[in-house]
Amino acid sequence: MGLKENLHNLKEKYRGTKMAPAFNAIHTFLYLPNEVTHGGTHIKAADDLKRTMNTVILALVPCLIFGMFNAGYQHYAAIDGSLRADVLANFFTFDNLWIGIIKVLPLVIISYGVGLGVEFIFAIIKGHEVEEGYLVTGMLVPLIVPVDTPLWMLAVAVVFGVIIGKEVFGGTGMNILNPALTIRAFLFFAYPTWMSGDKVWVQGAVERANEIAAGSTADAISGETILGSYAQNQDVIYSTFDKFMGFIPGSVGETSTFLILLGAAFLIFTKIGSWRIILSTFIGAAAMGLIFNQIVAADIITESSKFYGLMNTVWWEHLMIGGLAFGAVYMATDPVTASQTNKGKWIYGFLIGFFSIMIRVFNPAYPEGVFLAILLMNVFAPTIDHYVVQGNVNNRLKRAKVKTA
Amino acid sequence: MSKDIRIKKGLDIKLVGIAEKNTTNVSLSGVYAIKPTDFHGVTPKLIVKEGVNVKAGEALFYSKSDERLLFSSPVSGKVVELIRGARRKVLAIKIAADTTQEYKQFETKDAAKMSAEEVKNYLFAAGCWPFIKQRPYDVIANPNQAPKSIFVSAYASAPLAADLDYILAGKEAELQAALTAVSKLTEGIVHVSVGANSNSPLSKINGVELHKVFGPHPSGNVGTQISKIDPINKGEVVWFVTPQDLVIIGELLLTGKFNASRTVALTGSKFNNPQYVTAIAGANIADVVANNLENDNTRIISGNVLSGVEVKEDGYLGYYDNQITAIPEGNDYELFGWTKPVFNKISTSRALTFSWLNPKKMFNLNTNTNGEHRAFVVTGSYEKVFPLDIYPMQLLKAFMYKDLDEMEALGGYEVAPEDFALTEFICVSKQPHQKIIREGLDLMREELG
Repeated sequence: MGLKENLHNLKEKYRGTKMAPAFNAIHTFLYLPNEVTHGGTHIKAADDLKRTMNTVILALVPCLIFGMFNAGYQHYAAIDGSLRADVLANFFTFDNLWIGIIKVLPLVIISYGVGLGVEFIFAIIKGHEVEEGYLVTGMLVPLIVPVDTPLWMLAVAVVFGVIIGKEVFGGTGMNILNPALTIRAFLFFAYPTWMSGDKVWVQGAVERANEIAAGSTADAISGETILGSYAQNQDVIYSTFDKFMGFIPGSVGETSTFLILLGAAFLIFTKIGSWRIILSTFIGAAAMGLIFNQIVAADIITESSKFYGLMNTVWWEHLMIGGLAFGAVYMATDPVTASQTNKGKWIYGFLIGFFSIMIRVFNPAYPEGVFLAILLMNVFAPTIDHYVVQGNVNNRLKRAKVKTA
Repeated sequence: MSKDIRIKKGLDIKLVGIAEKNTTNVSLSGVYAIKPTDFHGVTPKLIVKEGVNVKAGEALFYSKSDERLLFSSPVSGKVVELIRGARRKVLAIKIAADTTQEYKQFETKDAAKMSAEEVKNYLFAAGCWPFIKQRPYDVIANPNQAPKSIFVSAYASAPLAADLDYILAGKEAELQAALTAVSKLTEGIVHVSVGANSNSPLSKINGVELHKVFGPHPSGNVGTQISKIDPINKGEVVWFVTPQDLVIIGELLLTGKFNASRTVALTGSKFNNPQYVTAIAGANIADVVANNLENDNTRIISGNVLSGVEVKEDGYLGYYDNQITAIPEGNDYELFGWTKPVFNKISTSRALTFSWLNPKKMFNLNTNTNGEHRAFVVTGSYEKVFPLDIYPMQLLKAFMYKDLDEMEALGGYEVAPEDFALTEFICVSKQPHQKIIREGLDLMREELG
């Protein structure tokens, strides 16, 4: 075959040059390399890192497509509330998708373009192959930012996240913090007025607010998330069905608990995602939610408290709203930054869920805690592992002592 | 007394090319080669020179660390060439075989009446000590240490491995003699393990503790059995011998001859007729596989596909090996091979890989790495194929950054490279696990004794 030979010749020509990693990165996407085993096992299993990463991306695609429709739906529904009366009829429309195409796709393109650009530059400077870690990160980033995030902010955040979150530690597999969440955290802390509040979640809400401030008479577009409403002790207009299926405002990909659970099922079935982490995160969140419900039921916190709204949210509702499901399934399970031992994964996941809801309720500035909880546990994951592994070491020492005694 | 060994964690790699149970005698090769590199950790001191004649059983070299430790010629003939590598390291001693084989005559012995010291000296003299290996470090046993127990695994679970029940059939007398002798070497127990449904000649041996083995590979690995029966602690030593080497020791005891011929399985998809042959250790590969091998872009392996050594057709059978595997090289590109659904390769995940649909299917795998070398990313997968009570990834990492305290604490004394063959096979990051373990063990041996 002509293409195969031509590319092979090009690869040999570039071998050892500065450009080799960049060329190989593209080449290996077209063809599985002709590399053979030497030393060690003579045969290898079919899976490589590209396949693993690709499986996660496949699991994310439904969330992305849904997020594109939802971007348009929330925009139009905010202008004309009557649309919400018949969600199913008004959701999968081309108008909605178009908003998604002009608002969400650019986020994806910027995320991949800038992120992979940084990866390529580092690969060339350091002379190693371009690693696949960013394939998933690049997909996660547009799904966990509000739809109205300006592209330049995203680009700055991606550069920061990839360099500080990953490359300074040595690249894929070496990082301590989840790069996608590092990017999200950078956005949150660098541009807090933009990233929080009640405007940025629905496309057009910010512009409209500016127009009104400039003297326009149009109606304001409310871009409030459910969590924002609860945090302000306001009533929430969405039904449980809406919340579960995801017809609510929020970050692009996080809204549909249904599709996220489908993705989780796929990840668990393919044995790529850790069911231990996913399950224990939900358990942890439910536990914290139940505790808060009990506190409210015991009248320790009354309606006058500013925490009342979120504390009074039924525990299972906490699992559906905000980014908890998305974080549990796609972010907490990142094998590099999670606990690496099976026992550790249970503890790690449980604490993520637990802290997520705690931060969500008590955070005065921004009613969401999932990404902070995951980042926090990323830092503690090696500590958890240390104690789990130490248990194994102690058993070994004990065995030796019994023997000598 | 019988204690069963049952493991669940592991993976049976089913490949095409299982050896059929008939054995042909291969005519004597012209040239044999003994490679000191087969004896890991041994620095050879040559006894013979080029041009001298040796008998089968006559020593060719001894170990620099212990001059009692002799290594014998498997055939009688003339030493024709000493092949040396960098820094004059001896890579191979080539011997042109005589057409009629002459054996150096040793005393015949009744093993039951020998003392431990007599057994040792007898095995030293005949060059049979190298058959006794030890853990920790997976090297030839140090005769100055006392092993707490001795293990013999007569169940081979590795891919396409020679069926030990078949190749040991009829060798009861040799095995009994050898085990009686070997059992003198330890104050502890000699553990012999056989397959769950086996009719191994070893199941009728006296003076040993017999175990039945259940479960997937690596249940037949001696390391797995040691960890389940009598795990190694710091400061302890366990010895092990393969049953095919016991046959050689047994024949020596009964006849006084060092006869290093053994039944070798020719396996893998590149053999026209996968079957058994009898060959002598160090035989020329081309002679052993003659008229059977399809040598066209073929990887020939002395040993099994997981832990064997790559050899060329003009190479030589490894000293310990009872298997030659030939599989296709995978030096070709595969369009979108990283993402398209895969039906013809083995995978432990289900990431568009479908080997789980048909667990009985035999695969024809090639040597392609199926991806590029990466840092460790995926967690939790090694544990599913690793039955030892050890955290495999944590141990590998400790071996990579060479923290001796951690290597010791995490179980470094208990492992050998072959224990990490399956984790290496399934490794998504294509890390060289066995090499990492081998280098780490060498470091531990150097630093910790």
